[in-house]
Amino acid sequence: MIVVVAEQQRGKLHRASWEAIAAAQELAGDEPIAAIVLGADTAGAASELSQAAVSAVRVIDSPLVEPYTPDAYVDALEKAIGELKPSHVVLAHTYRARDFAPKLAARLDRALVTDCVGIRRGEKTTYLRPVYQGKLVAEVAAEGEPPHFVSVQIGAFRGDAARRGPAPAPVTPLGIAVEPSAIRQKAEEPFQEARQAVDLSQAERIVAVGRGIKAQEHLALAEKLASALGAQLAASRPICDSGWLPMERQVGSSGQTVAPKLYIALGISGAIQHVVGMKGARTIVAVNKDPDAPIFEIADYGIVGDLFEIVPAMINELQKA
Amino acid sequence: MRIAVCIKQVPTREWQPRIDESRRGVREQDASFEMNEPDAYALEEALRLREKHGGEVVACTAGPARASQVLREALARGADRAIHVEDDRLKSIGTDAFVLAGALADAVRGEKFDLVLTGLQSDDLGAAQTGVILAERLGLPHATIVMEVQVQEPHVRVKRELEGGWFKWVQMPLPALVTIQSGINQLRYATLKGIMAAKKKEIRKVAPVSLPPARTAIVGLEVPPKTKQTELISGSPADAAKELVDKLKNQARVIE
Repeated sequence: MIVVVAEQQRGKLHRASWEAIAAAQELAGDEPIAAIVLGADTAGAASELSQAAVSAVRVIDSPLVEPYTPDAYVDALEKAIGELKPSHVVLAHTYRARDFAPKLAARLDRALVTDCVGIRRGEKTTYLRPVYQGKLVAEVAAEGEPPHFVSVQIGAFRGDAARRGPAPAPVTPLGIAVEPSAIRQKAEEPFQEARQAVDLSQAERIVAVGRGIKAQEHLALAEKLASALGAQLAASRPICDSGWLPMERQVGSSGQTVAPKLYIALGISGAIQHVVGMKGARTIVAVNKDPDAPIFEIADYGIVGDLFEIVPAMINELQKA
Repeated sequence: MRIAVCIKQVPTREWQPRIDESRRGVREQDASFEMNEPDAYALEEALRLREKHGGEVVACTAGPARASQVLREALARGADRAIHVEDDRLKSIGTDAFVLAGALADAVRGEKFDLVLTGLQSDDLGAAQTGVILAERLGLPHATIVMEVQVQEPHVRVKRELEGGWFKWVQMPLPALVTIQSGINQLRYATLKGIMAAKKKEIRKVAPVSLPPARTAIVGLEVPPKTKQTELISGSPADAAKELVDKLKNQARVIE
């Protein structure tokens, strides 16, 4: 059996849980799949999960797993895995999974392969995952006794392609008592920082800068290009981390997700954390001095060269017209 | 407060890894190395907590002899002393998180730290596992991807980053382990005075008591497949800019 640990927040299923199901279906072959969902009110998420082609949806309904804490999840899932004895446990590589999955794997002393983008089934199944900032892909084998834990990168498997079942899968509780004394964290309510003043998701054109811009004073050059194009200025995380641009201009997994007509990436290497936020752009232009930068893998147009030479030439060209 | 910061030495971001003859590793002899960036933020956070609450900051790493360099740098930035878990089995960049966490646990266990900090993931393998496994091995409560740390003894309250611009506060008893997100603070750099002072500070070398077996193995490395047909535009900056603007106007039709 393969177990998928689905994720819900206030009764709503995380959309990446469908991606985890798609990955589990690819991994499963003839093995049955059980989806587990935890929470204080799992009915909505469980009913959505039951549409998937899985053999069962198992719920751990307990006020002790809501709000989420890693200790409660590890305790509950350790017991669930003890009962179900799966060969693999598949999760989406969400911020929550990153918080509890390594602890669960360490508790059970079982392999965990994180952030997978592909599965190669064979005599010994292996997993593909990006390494070195996405410059290479590693094929990784899980060692030791089952279950093997696998987390899949968000967006790497198609949730809409996960097979649906002919009839809803049965939803049944897992008789698990979470041990209150195991829970050491106390979680408060999630919140958003002050409402974002810049809504990059609505921008038609975006000029984004990365580490290649080198110094804060060079932002003026990117701004000039943005204004010549009628574009918004955005950045990858390191630029906002340095305080050169406000966090609200950050594009990527921890910032905004954008889908403009035109996205010009200046000096952005194309680390996955950035790419997930902008790969939906219709036309992507990359300017980077490193011909091996991963950004060129997703760019429609690329110029390998010095942005400090190319951007002024672009501004010049745009102003001619 | 006694604070441990676990730091990994990683190849520089600019380095273009080349796959070696075994097809399982990279040509490490070509690499130059630096402090893993999220770990640098963890170190900075530890130094700020010490400035506020007193105590000491101990930089820890597990790796081959070359990894001492990141400890020197941590000492130059202000860490009080350092521990280097050195072992030949920690030599490869591809070392599994279970092994690294096991090695670090041996070094940290006896020291009775109040707080253990580390970066949320490494810039090389990016597994995002070592810190959390270490928490389990030390029997500590933990929180990951943290953007603010408030020590309120006997507790620590941390602001976890969630997806899409959401956050939440989590409180837990000390001692605890926290993994730090990049951008939590503004990094300081070593001063000349700091570099001089670092020379007098101790780097204690320890051998791991017993390294656990690796739970994952890299069995192959590949160059990622291209998902898009990229049109590369060459020529002088002026020519390339002209061609690009023309294509954006007349081919992609994304500018007027």
